[in-house]
Amino acid sequence: MNAALLSVESVSKHFGGFAALSDVSLAVNTGERLGIIGPNGSGKTTLINCISGALRGDRGVIRFDNQIVSSLAPHQRSRLGIARSFQIPRPFVSMTLLDNIAVPLEFATQSKDVYGEAHTLLAQMGLGEKATAKPTELTQVDLRKLELARALATRPRLLILDEVMAGLAASEVDEVLDIVMAVSANGVAIIMIEHIMRAIMRFSERVVCLNAGQIVAEAAPGAIVQDPMVRRIYLGA
Amino acid sequence: MANWGKFIVGGTVIFLAALVATHVVGNEYFFFASYVVLQFVVLSTAWNILGGYAGYVNFGAGAFFAAGAYVAVALIKLFAAPLMIQLIVAMCVTGLMGLAVGAMTLRLRGIFFSIATVAIAVICETAVMNWPLVGGARGSTVIPPAPSFGFSSYTRMLFVLMTVIALLAVSLARHIETSKIGRGLRALRDNEEAAESVGVPTLKLKLFAATASGALMGLAGAPFPLYMNFIEPTSAFSLNYAVSALAMPLIGGTQVWIGPVIGALLLASVQQIVTVTVSSELNVLIVGVLLVVFVVAAPNGIVGLARSLNKKWRNP
Repeated sequence: MNAALLSVESVSKHFGGFAALSDVSLAVNTGERLGIIGPNGSGKTTLINCISGALRGDRGVIRFDNQIVSSLAPHQRSRLGIARSFQIPRPFVSMTLLDNIAVPLEFATQSKDVYGEAHTLLAQMGLGEKATAKPTELTQVDLRKLELARALATRPRLLILDEVMAGLAASEVDEVLDIVMAVSANGVAIIMIEHIMRAIMRFSERVVCLNAGQIVAEAAPGAIVQDPMVRRIYLGA
Repeated sequence: MANWGKFIVGGTVIFLAALVATHVVGNEYFFFASYVVLQFVVLSTAWNILGGYAGYVNFGAGAFFAAGAYVAVALIKLFAAPLMIQLIVAMCVTGLMGLAVGAMTLRLRGIFFSIATVAIAVICETAVMNWPLVGGARGSTVIPPAPSFGFSSYTRMLFVLMTVIALLAVSLARHIETSKIGRGLRALRDNEEAAESVGVPTLKLKLFAATASGALMGLAGAPFPLYMNFIEPTSAFSLNYAVSALAMPLIGGTQVWIGPVIGALLLASVQQIVTVTVSSELNVLIVGVLLVVFVVAAPNGIVGLARSLNKKWRNP
């Protein structure tokens, strides 16, 4: 059997006449850290929506752990171990942080001690003292951490991060990146979409660049920034 | 998590008090009016399961209520079915209606969902208007049998029955609220896509909430024909039911089970008193005015207001 944890095989997605993704293929191995870059509108978020199930591709197959998941509902994929964060944080605003974490523990895992684990996870994120606060009371960086914690609470084997660091200060970017690296060290495969090149360079083992719904380059982070195509369409040279 | 001990004791006390009242209170009108108040406790609690917990605003509560009532009438006319059978069948029929409404949430959200529920009310009313068996637009007279279980009047028996239905409805709402289902519903109300992404089976939960809500509304309506002795579509499908079922939880508070109970007890009692003492036309106006006042001044209802006052009191 193939070794890839996730394999995206020739996936296409059209919105009316607009081809958001055309014939995209991609594989992610267990524990791998993959960065995705590309200009706005190049299909990055559409791609992860297809992987997480928020959207269904028009064509192509997505396999996770050797199982075809492209026809499963998002909550089923989440239970299999695919977790995601949203570009704009979407906390459960009427609930405390603790309940925000309890929901995934309760619905996506077999946890026997939901609230105990929720406390532990919040503490690991540095949100322990705000467990009874509501998301509306949080700062931007804490909201991102909550978004991350909620995704982690599903106990993923693949974590997809959609611009978790956008709009954060440099020190906050490092803080979030440290958390992400620690998650990776536990063997979780991570796909990270990001515009902050410094974060992509430090994080990724491999980087793919999307443009107009197609993968136009794939290389190690050091090499991708030298790629003439990537320089022209994205980095600007 | 949920402390059921006190709740069960409270429920038993209310049930016994209702039983004792039927022997002690002489005034028949007390039971006639209390029945209506309890009926609204059921309606607003039922509405809140879908509207409050899941955030899907149903404008068609009147349709579910009337459907419950008309199923009962049809069963009486066709088979002279006993009350218990009427209740069970009405609950099943309106539960299925609820399931259909739940299926609509697949494609319709927010205001679009609400408008679709209005359409259901129109469809049901038109169907009943053109159904000769249940009297069509002329309405139909239903003669209650002699009361059983040793009650001195049928109204007294129905009053106790509605007390039991209200207790059942509130227990179910409380169970949903404090269980995993309740947290799932709250998550999907806050953000459906995010809930789905963390493993919450949103469609299943919405179907469950819509079915439970519909079944309870039908249960509230099923004894109505025997209570009124007469039923006709205009009053059974009255906008008053749809508006009250929505206004009472909003005024009481939609987040906790006690909210719709408080809202219904308060509003329905005021309506009954105003109907008798001032005018029967005024009571709808009162609901409207109170709803506007609460939406502006206390968007989280009486329960929300009490909580924030309590917070201020403790940390001045």
